[in-house]
Amino acid sequence: MSEPTCIDCDIHNELPALETLYPYLPEYWLAYCRESAFNGPDADDYPAGAPTSARDGSTSNPDLMEVQAQALRDADIGILNCAYRVQSVRNEDLAACLATAINCWQVEHWLEKEPRLRASVVVPSHSPRLAAAEIDRWGGHSGFVQVILPVRAEAPYGNRRYDPIFAAAVRHDLVIGIHFGGAPGLPPTPTGWPSYYIEEYAGMAQIFQSQVISLVIEGVFERFPALRVALIEGGFTWLPSLMWRMDKEWKGLRHNTPWVKQQPSEYMRTHLRLTMQPLDAPPNPTHLAQILEQCGAEDLLLYASDYPHRHECPDILWALLSAEQRKKIRSANAKALYRL
Amino acid sequence: MTVPVEPIAEETLDAPPRERDAVKRHSVTKDRRKRYVAKPDTPALKNASIQTRTDKAIIDTDIHIAFPSPETLCSYLGARWRDYYRMFGARGYAGSHYPRAMPNAARHDSWPADGAPPGSSLSLLQEQLLDEWEIEIGILNPLLGVGEQRNLEFGAAFARAINTWQLADWVEAEPRLRASIVVPWEDGALAAAEIDHWGGHPGFVHALLIARTTEPLGRRKYWPLYEAACRHDMPVAIHFGGAGGAPITGSGYPSHYIEDHGGMPQAFQAQVISLIFEGVFQQFPTLRFVLIEGGFAWIPPLLWRMDNAWRKLGSEVPYVSEPPSLIFRRHFWVSTQPMEEPFQAGQFRQLLGQLDLDDHLLFATDYPHWDFDAPDRAFPIPLDKERRRKFMAENARRLYRL
Repeated sequence: MSEPTCIDCDIHNELPALETLYPYLPEYWLAYCRESAFNGPDADDYPAGAPTSARDGSTSNPDLMEVQAQALRDADIGILNCAYRVQSVRNEDLAACLATAINCWQVEHWLEKEPRLRASVVVPSHSPRLAAAEIDRWGGHSGFVQVILPVRAEAPYGNRRYDPIFAAAVRHDLVIGIHFGGAPGLPPTPTGWPSYYIEEYAGMAQIFQSQVISLVIEGVFERFPALRVALIEGGFTWLPSLMWRMDKEWKGLRHNTPWVKQQPSEYMRTHLRLTMQPLDAPPNPTHLAQILEQCGAEDLLLYASDYPHRHECPDILWALLSAEQRKKIRSANAKALYRL
Repeated sequence: MTVPVEPIAEETLDAPPRERDAVKRHSVTKDRRKRYVAKPDTPALKNASIQTRTDKAIIDTDIHIAFPSPETLCSYLGARWRDYYRMFGARGYAGSHYPRAMPNAARHDSWPADGAPPGSSLSLLQEQLLDEWEIEIGILNPLLGVGEQRNLEFGAAFARAINTWQLADWVEAEPRLRASIVVPWEDGALAAAEIDHWGGHPGFVHALLIARTTEPLGRRKYWPLYEAACRHDMPVAIHFGGAGGAPITGSGYPSHYIEDHGGMPQAFQAQVISLIFEGVFQQFPTLRFVLIEGGFAWIPPLLWRMDNAWRKLGSEVPYVSEPPSLIFRRHFWVSTQPMEEPFQAGQFRQLLGQLDLDDHLLFATDYPHWDFDAPDRAFPIPLDKERRRKFMAENARRLYRL
């Protein structure tokens, strides 16, 4: 294959219905699902009718043909981020079986039918040992380039309970993709449950910030120096402010966390990449240029359409970049990150 | 400041709001020891205020005080709640201990010689803060756990005790200090009653809440307290900290104090999102908020994100009829400490430009806490004269009508 010029790091492939997974479920769980009329996990991250959930001319739940016709129109390679939240199924065995089933479905109905696509391994991340087993199951499959974790979880991902997941990802040279959404049962803010979807949507960026703090401070990148993390659909304009804040915290409190050997911003630059949608751009292009320069965004950002979700036009970003910088963001950063 | 006096009758404080407002307009400070009230139009005070309104004026918008011992609290509680407190103590939302890097999160030099907690000695506070830095006015924000009491009636009694103590032991003893009305915020009606009790008193400048409430502050259960704040034309302050039962992250409990401390801007962001999108400012168009000790570098990207979310999803909250960033810049003031430190000084200038809040930033030291910002070193760049005046004193003077 020739050198890819455009890699789309965030395309959604959602399961139409639980019945789609019936062929992949063991007999016991098939009977269980039928008996209980279970519809499958739903974190309700993307309300079907919400203006953000689908753009003009798309559905909120695109099938392969739609993805080929729309999302892959401009991209040489597209990375699928399946947002099936098996983590919200409390029965860990059922969650693990659903994960295996949906990964089988991803292989059969997406990867084997479209060579331009890559996929993310869905795992029961609330049960890290079972999640690691699921990663080991697919680690050798060249179609999977990433393990997908919802940004909302029962504990921040720096907590060492998740180490088996990171160890498995490193073992198979897979990226950890932390993605918008999730339904761990805890409120999505430090102050309880908000009333409206728009609050959850706007507030998701703070949960990404919390996860970055956790990964850096709890020493994940010291325990797994080879670990690469993609932050998907969480915005990026907040990154400089978080770097400054955490570097200052580290200056005052680093004796409490001696394993954090470098400034937090150094770990962020080395180990994190961020998809570019939603841009959450300021109206003033000068301010956006400042943000890009402050965090060194040309080396951190990954092109993403986030198909089928609706976002603002990225032209304000492209207009600020040189041809060289555009190339990095459109393909080179993703190529290096995902070993494409 | 010995000036002609005009005693305020105690009962004036219980007068209906309109009459109390009249008191507020005419009096500056009340000193119970000397039994006088200074009026702003007296020559002595006028001169004093001209002198202090020079470029060097400093108003510190965040100072913390503590009871010298639990017995001080008890002396301000009635018999029922004194007995309750001695039997059960303060019962809040337990279960998240992050032992801090230093005792009481305080500067090592801020412990009074008698071993009482930092912030409990007026004379030491005068010496280390007010005199040392020539602070013109300092605002007390007692963080003593009032709103976190699950026993709401005890919370109300606790609030009354703290507010009475602030006036008697601090504000009346030191004319440079002003107090906060602490309120049992989880109950809108009780919180409103506490604001109504003190609202006309010139010694109080705002009602004080904390960043981590049990529900986001835009929710309707808190609206009676905002109504009371508007009734008295008084800002509502939200201070770093607290415990409302939810973990400090939207994704569970982190392990270390630095994550708890460094994560507080996320709690502030959640409160801003809630207050704006739940329609508080449509309901209370004159309401003003002060965000204290949350830093401020997170504000520009939050406002960009909120504006973008509103453009796409605004139909869910149709009463929000203008971009959230406009609402924020009209209704929110922000204290500067702990100041974020960009990689390069020029980036701090960029931040101030992105922020566009030159009239709303309020200097604060956070005395006696360990992350104290010294007035001469807090800003990572030399400020121009205009910004210095505004940030160090004049914005606070206008906001609080000091």
